[in-house]
Amino acid sequence: MTSAHPHSNPTEPAPPSTASPAGARPRRIALAGNPNCGKSTLFNALTGLQQKVGNYPGVTVEKREGSFYSSHGQPVTVLDLPGTYSLQARSPDEAISRDVLLGRVPDTPCPDLIVAVVDATNLERNLYLVSQLLELSIPTVLALNMIDLAEEKGLRIDLEQLSLRLGIPVLPMVASKRVGLVQLKQIVAQTDLPLPPRGAPMPPALDAEARTLAPLLHAPDQARFSEAVLLLSLPPAQLETAHGLPPESLPRIQEAQSRLAAAGLDPLSAPVDARYQWISSLCAETVRGESFSGLTLSDRLDQILTHRLWGSLAFLAAMALMFLSIFSLAKIPMDWIDLGHQAFAHWLENRLPEGDFRSLLVDGVVAGISGVLIFLPQILILSLFLGLLEDSGYMARAAFMMDRIMSRVGLHGKSFIPMLSSFACAIPGVMATRTIEQRKDRLVTILVSPLMSCSARLPVYALMIGVLMPEAAAWQKSAITLSMYLLGMVAAFSLALLFKKTLLRSETPSLLMEMPPYRIPSLRDIALRLKERAWLFLRRAGTVILALSVLLWAAMRYPKPENPDAKGAEIIAHSVAGQLGKTLEPAIAPLGFDWKIGIGLIGSLAAREVFVQTMSIVYNVENEDNDLRNASLRDTMQAEKREDGSPVYTPLVCVGLMVFYVLSMQCLSTLAVVRRETNSWRWPLFQFAYLTLVAYLGTLAVYQGGRLLGWH
Amino acid sequence: MTSSPLSQLSPGQKGRILSLSLAPEIRQRLLEMGLTAGTECTLVRFAPLGDPLEVKVRGYHLSLRKSEAEGVLIECL
Repeated sequence: MTSAHPHSNPTEPAPPSTASPAGARPRRIALAGNPNCGKSTLFNALTGLQQKVGNYPGVTVEKREGSFYSSHGQPVTVLDLPGTYSLQARSPDEAISRDVLLGRVPDTPCPDLIVAVVDATNLERNLYLVSQLLELSIPTVLALNMIDLAEEKGLRIDLEQLSLRLGIPVLPMVASKRVGLVQLKQIVAQTDLPLPPRGAPMPPALDAEARTLAPLLHAPDQARFSEAVLLLSLPPAQLETAHGLPPESLPRIQEAQSRLAAAGLDPLSAPVDARYQWISSLCAETVRGESFSGLTLSDRLDQILTHRLWGSLAFLAAMALMFLSIFSLAKIPMDWIDLGHQAFAHWLENRLPEGDFRSLLVDGVVAGISGVLIFLPQILILSLFLGLLEDSGYMARAAFMMDRIMSRVGLHGKSFIPMLSSFACAIPGVMATRTIEQRKDRLVTILVSPLMSCSARLPVYALMIGVLMPEAAAWQKSAITLSMYLLGMVAAFSLALLFKKTLLRSETPSLLMEMPPYRIPSLRDIALRLKERAWLFLRRAGTVILALSVLLWAAMRYPKPENPDAKGAEIIAHSVAGQLGKTLEPAIAPLGFDWKIGIGLIGSLAAREVFVQTMSIVYNVENEDNDLRNASLRDTMQAEKREDGSPVYTPLVCVGLMVFYVLSMQCLSTLAVVRRETNSWRWPLFQFAYLTLVAYLGTLAVYQGGRLLGWH
Repeated sequence: MTSSPLSQLSPGQKGRILSLSLAPEIRQRLLEMGLTAGTECTLVRFAPLGDPLEVKVRGYHLSLRKSEAEGVLIECL
């Protein structure tokens, strides 16, 4: 629950919204509306590919901006505000919508025109936000979206009367079929739209208090009344933590609240009641036809899809399908990327003279680029599924069904999908946390996601199980792998609970989630989102991953040994990574690891499966064929002896190494994505530190505990 | 006609909201979502694991936890 009420831009009031001469700068319009009202579909229909996605300053809320030409040929900038139910914000997303409309976000001027998008099938609740928007004194247009579905439901809305009562233009639209788009582009071109009259009348006492309070506030002139009403109805705890309030105004607001309460008016509920009364009378005058009261198709679907037995089965099937697709379907394009990488590396090797430059290009840059691209298939497949789940309405049902389990560790049902996705790869998993509204819950989910065993750990598990018990039957190998998955899950849930109780202490978020009717997702919307996800990943995280891989490449090769004929094992032993491995040895010796394993741990920071490659360089095991290489690596590792002649890879060391990989954050790419998703290095660095600590302690417990019990 | 918490309704049963006795933030959000005094609502179903529950109010569907629904006092219709 956010209590932020930043009056961050107190200085100058926004310029009068209608005064800018045409052509001086593009007109700025903002799309505002509830979640699930089709706002993004309208945004996509208006802008097509002319969109860009960034972040609002200082927060991790996505800023979606686009442009199009009005019917008069003027350029128009359109801002797709995050969906919000009320200007009384409850999440960072909602706070941004409020702050933009109140003109207090740096670099985001107050819009010249608000397009209030409402779902015509759900008019009453959608009009609640509209009643607040009308108080902002910004020209406003009502886009009555999904008017076709409303008519199907048997609702007849008297558009003229609605427009007359609201005092603003009302446009029937079907954004998904581009109906009403031309008319909207015409209205947007009009610079002489009148300011809307204030909508719902507030109770007289509240109205008077708001007028007295307004001049004290740091808001642009026209937004002060609206701001005053919001502040007067703020619950006490939130009011006290609202930062940026003019210091003298806080006691004034509290006094006003007590006066209202003494007069028998609950400041918290009175404005809400007033707005809904106004809405009821508005709807009574403008909406004809009884809403269909039987079961809709959506209701019937829900009878199955949230049914105790069938719903659970359908959910399991959907999740299995999604998980297997990320896991196996993505494998195909990932193999292509791998083949392409190898072919290109060969091509380069045949054309360039052997040397440092060739190695930099082939093993550093090209390998790094391929290491970035290799994540794309999983990200795209997951984003496709998430898009389908979200836009069809099933996501809310998934959260509805999983909430009981997730709330046990203090999280929202929506944390389930990111955690599940992380079994394939933490990167799409972390990216999927965007659907979680509360910042702290999103952070907790991000922090524990890498504990879900991702596909990159499988080669490490396979190698270590091979060394541990080469003759093991398939079921034994599966049982060990499964227990590693379980260990990760138990760790993830326990640590989530720990974080919710300590560092990111917050109440279990209230569920309060709309269950929108099922709808057929628009492929166009989903395609645009896929493009956006891929681009964001490549640009923001990909560049960091590439830079880190080149750094790591250098660390594994420099400085060079003096012997110019040195082989791989000698080079790596002499390199920064090798020296680091030796320096680390005293620290990792209690885990049963030697410095060669230390090098493997450092090398696999690029990606966990690189452990296998690094170890084969360390032990000078080379073979063109991966399977043969892995088999001989396994044999070499089994035969590896310490100085005292005892084997290095005892069963305890093998298990310890697996446990280390379950728990540790051996993945710079995930760190780069977490940086992008949290907008600072603070959280990824914390995540790396705490997971390394947990992995260290976990492995220490296995190794030392095992030795105490007399194992080896 | 008796007053009881929303969480006590059985699926398909209707009620009219009397008052919300909940912490201020959640009370305000429930009001804003349309659960104002006098509004009719129908309990649609409980989730497969028994919690949360789904209600129909003002023509749309909303899910909330039992712990939250316990604070929504209604008169059964």
